[in-house]
Amino acid sequence: MTAEAGVAAPHRALPKSFAWGALVKDAAIGAAVALVLAVPLVGFRVVEINGDVTLTTRFTWVGIGVVSVFVGRLALGLWRGSRPAERKRSGALVAPLSRFGRRHATGVAWAGIGFAAILQFLPFTTRGTVDLATEILTYVMLGWGLNVVVGLAGLLDLGYVAFYAVGAYSFAITATTFGLSFWEALPIAGLLSALAGILLGFPVLRLRGDYLAIVTLGFGEIIHILLQNWTSLTGGPNGIGNIPRPGLFGLVFAASAPPGETTFHQFFGLDFSPSQRIDFLYYVVLALALIVNLFTLRLRRLPIGRAWEALREDEIACRALGINPTNVKLSAFAIGAMLGGFAGAFFATRQGFISPESFTFVESATILAIVVLGGMGSQMGVVLAAMVLVLLPELRFLAEYRMLIFGAAMVLIMIWRPGGLLSHRAPTILLHGARRP
Amino acid sequence: MNYLLQQLVNGVSLGAIYGLIAIGYTMVYGIIGMINFAHGEIYMIGAFVSLIAFLALGVAGVTYVPLALLLVLVIAMIFTAVYGWAVERIAYRPLRSSFRLAPLISAIGMSIFLQNYVQLLQGARVKALQPVVEGGITLATGDFPVRVSFLQIFILAITFVLMAGFSYVIAATPLGRAQRAVEQDATMAALLGVDVDRTISLTFVIGAVLAAVAGMMVLLYYGVIDFYIGFEAGIKAFTAAVLGGIGSLAGAMLGGLLIGLIEALWSGYASVEYKDVMVFVVLILVLIFRPSGLFGRPEVEKV
Amino acid sequence: MSTPLLEVQHLTMRFGGLTAVDDLSFTAREREITALIGPNGAGKTTVFNCLTGFYRPSAGTMILHRGGRKYQLERMEGHRVARIAGVARTFQNIRLFVGMTLLENLIVAQHDELMRASMFSVAGLFGFSPYRRAEKAAVQKARYWLDRLELTASADLPAGGLSYGDRRRLEIARAMCTGPTLLCLDEPAAGLNPRESDRLNELLLSIRDQHRIGLLLIEHDMKVVMGISDHVVVLDYGKKIADGKPVEIQHDPAVIRAYLGEPEPSFETEPSASPRDEDR
Ligand SMILES: Nc1ncnc2c1ncn2[C@@H]1O[C@H](COP(=O)(O)OP(=O)(O)OP(=O)(O)O)[C@@H](O)[C@H]1O
Ligand SMILES: [Mg+2]
Repeated sequence: MTAEAGVAAPHRALPKSFAWGALVKDAAIGAAVALVLAVPLVGFRVVEINGDVTLTTRFTWVGIGVVSVFVGRLALGLWRGSRPAERKRSGALVAPLSRFGRRHATGVAWAGIGFAAILQFLPFTTRGTVDLATEILTYVMLGWGLNVVVGLAGLLDLGYVAFYAVGAYSFAITATTFGLSFWEALPIAGLLSALAGILLGFPVLRLRGDYLAIVTLGFGEIIHILLQNWTSLTGGPNGIGNIPRPGLFGLVFAASAPPGETTFHQFFGLDFSPSQRIDFLYYVVLALALIVNLFTLRLRRLPIGRAWEALREDEIACRALGINPTNVKLSAFAIGAMLGGFAGAFFATRQGFISPESFTFVESATILAIVVLGGMGSQMGVVLAAMVLVLLPELRFLAEYRMLIFGAAMVLIMIWRPGGLLSHRAPTILLHGARRP
Repeated sequence: MNYLLQQLVNGVSLGAIYGLIAIGYTMVYGIIGMINFAHGEIYMIGAFVSLIAFLALGVAGVTYVPLALLLVLVIAMIFTAVYGWAVERIAYRPLRSSFRLAPLISAIGMSIFLQNYVQLLQGARVKALQPVVEGGITLATGDFPVRVSFLQIFILAITFVLMAGFSYVIAATPLGRAQRAVEQDATMAALLGVDVDRTISLTFVIGAVLAAVAGMMVLLYYGVIDFYIGFEAGIKAFTAAVLGGIGSLAGAMLGGLLIGLIEALWSGYASVEYKDVMVFVVLILVLIFRPSGLFGRPEVEKV
Repeated sequence: MSTPLLEVQHLTMRFGGLTAVDDLSFTAREREITALIGPNGAGKTTVFNCLTGFYRPSAGTMILHRGGRKYQLERMEGHRVARIAGVARTFQNIRLFVGMTLLENLIVAQHDELMRASMFSVAGLFGFSPYRRAEKAAVQKARYWLDRLELTASADLPAGGLSYGDRRRLEIARAMCTGPTLLCLDEPAAGLNPRESDRLNELLLSIRDQHRIGLLLIEHDMKVVMGISDHVVVLDYGKKIADGKPVEIQHDPAVIRAYLGEPEPSFETEPSASPRDEDR
């Protein structure tokens, strides 16, 4: 089991001189622990045969796991021992990437935007690619939104999906019952999500940080239960369908227009193709994501953004400087919630159908993983992590292990590279002009 | 009346289980000041190890029920304890001096990992176990009889014994003293010769042992488990710990009982669908109006 | 004698059974340096924490005069004490925003003004000129303090990289950037070498004279205390045991007993900092 090998990762500086005995002993202890861990859960499997519950065994797996832990620890010990002086724990692979990204941040950003803008016209692009890119951008938006809360303000929100859900459902409900168009209902969805953020945040934000984490976790569950059971409003497990699609300045994307409206392809004299709508949705999310990016980058350079970061660093010092921590946290929470709401509205309009299944804790965990892996507070890191996290399950053999890998990665990143893959904090204001440090 | 009595009996049994899990949260929070999000998963692993142990004993031909119960209890405690130990060693110890959010994020990562680890290894489907302990006492007859099953008695008895045992450990042994010393000031305790690492490890082990017992009981009580049970039970048990006053063992137990009762009564009289919502509402209300819980000391932050 | 700035009356703070501050009364005046001294654990930092709203005192009143108005500090939350009453402070175990640059630390201290200028971010988002002007002014103010403390060259570097002495000074600059009427300093000279300590004295005196505010100073370094303070309050086990001019204090038998438990202390040989202040 590769997972087992990951589990047994040690964290202790080894003696500088090579002590083979100690090394082997260390590895043997690791292997012994792995054996105890593996025997019950790996060695046996509970199966149901003809309604009868029994056990099957797979002791070879246990053997493989134990041996790989032994070898792994030994190798790790050797590797550590062989580079005693400059014990740089950050990944040798990631550091240059991070340095490159830092030095050429603007260039990389523009290249990325340019690539995203012409993605549709590239020769290898298929409908599937555009769909994937749309999904990535949705997660990028969510990641940037959560980044305000976790990365900048340092508030651990484990129920971010709640705001995503509030956005999606308030969009779906206002759009289907009041016949509002996407562009009209979008701000409403954002506002309602922000409101939900304030309602939740107001009582709990004055508490200690870890209580906030569990309360948000609970809130995510409450919203999920409400979606499932408040059938008259949310449609219960059946969800809400027939959610209107966005149009372009009143032009609709459909084979034939409803009375009184014009379709996109008629207006431009094109042939109808369903991919037009998909392409259009892609541009909508790209535009939304860019707006979110601009908005958050800008906020970071304003007093409010600096207060967020200051609060993350030291709440007590903030109070001594006359900053009201509750208000500052509330603003971060509300803005994060609003951005989640926008993403939710986009999700609803893209799918045309939403149900509680899309808004579970797994989703919250995924978004959090994007922020954490990307490097808390780093916009570019979020993009990178969102790409990894969406594309990883595309490799069929990895799809099953997706959450397992996310979980393990969150632990390992905290241990080895707590700043995330791309960790670099750019100052929000410089005294000595634009000299790059 | 009888209906109420029955709900109370059920609520107390459930509450005992929550209380056992809550002790793990409260002890870890007391000693290193963090929510061990993976604790619910440890409890889930305890339930799985118990199930596997029951089945293995069945295969081995152990049919005398008290012996089987005892063996399963011991097996579950041992294996789960190693999981508890490993979680601390791998995911928390390296982060003790890291920034504030790091251990929390690592904990949530660990929780996700363990959940999926069990799901992948044992499958996502609900696992069922045939009833092991059957029968009970009828307390009241009538059109609505009130029954206390032997299982419920077993649960309460074990919980009581464990509570008494661990209260003694905390109050009167060197380990308990070391624990309280580390709780107060880890640096100072280390200077005075307390092995901080070992004390913290043991705290996790004790928490895991109690969670294993809770896991075994929930397996016996409901007869079905799946890889997801740790999530909800974890939040409920944490709520119990907060309700009782974080850091207080008696508080955790009492909080567990209250949460069990709230859940049983709410499902009995109001709506089953919203019973979990109720627990969260309790959590939020407690945090707003009495963040130090029933037995906790109000926290004065050191500036 | 200048007008009273802060009047503390019967201040008492209990932690469980421990009375950390016991019926303390004293007055700090405008344009004066009031030193609060006492052995370790005497309750000095606790007095600061009460003043700045971090602890709610068990009893007593603290009245601050600012712009002809009276503020009852014991009734105000910490952030309002700082913002509205104008009480700024530093911490015994320095609390900077270590990940942020020096300049950012000083700008965050001007949060309130900037927040209003940015119209709670609306004007700021669109880069309206009143906000840009306010930001420029804030940078000017920060620059003034960076220049004064000779930290200008490091302005764009993270505060976490500063030396110990520089951190202490940056924390003072940050407190000054809030535009206080009363500046409370908790052992600013701890861990400084004699030269740095002398420069600190000059700085504090010039803050008193040029910025015309009151200073409240906790200090173990008797050279600093005797050299610059106008008025000294001595605490022991939470109780005030003496109150007066530095010269008077120096010869007060109660003070001598509290400090040394033996006759005739020579304040010059007092260690320049208590050793346990070195950590972090
Ligand atoms: N939050 C608190 N909870 C309990 N006791 C406290 C708290 N804060 C301070 N104390 C106690 O109050 C007493 C006074 O502490 P304080 O920090 O005010 O002393 P001090 O005069 O600043 O000492 P030093 O010169 O060492 O800084 C000490 O016994 C301390 O342990
Ligand atoms: Mg002090």
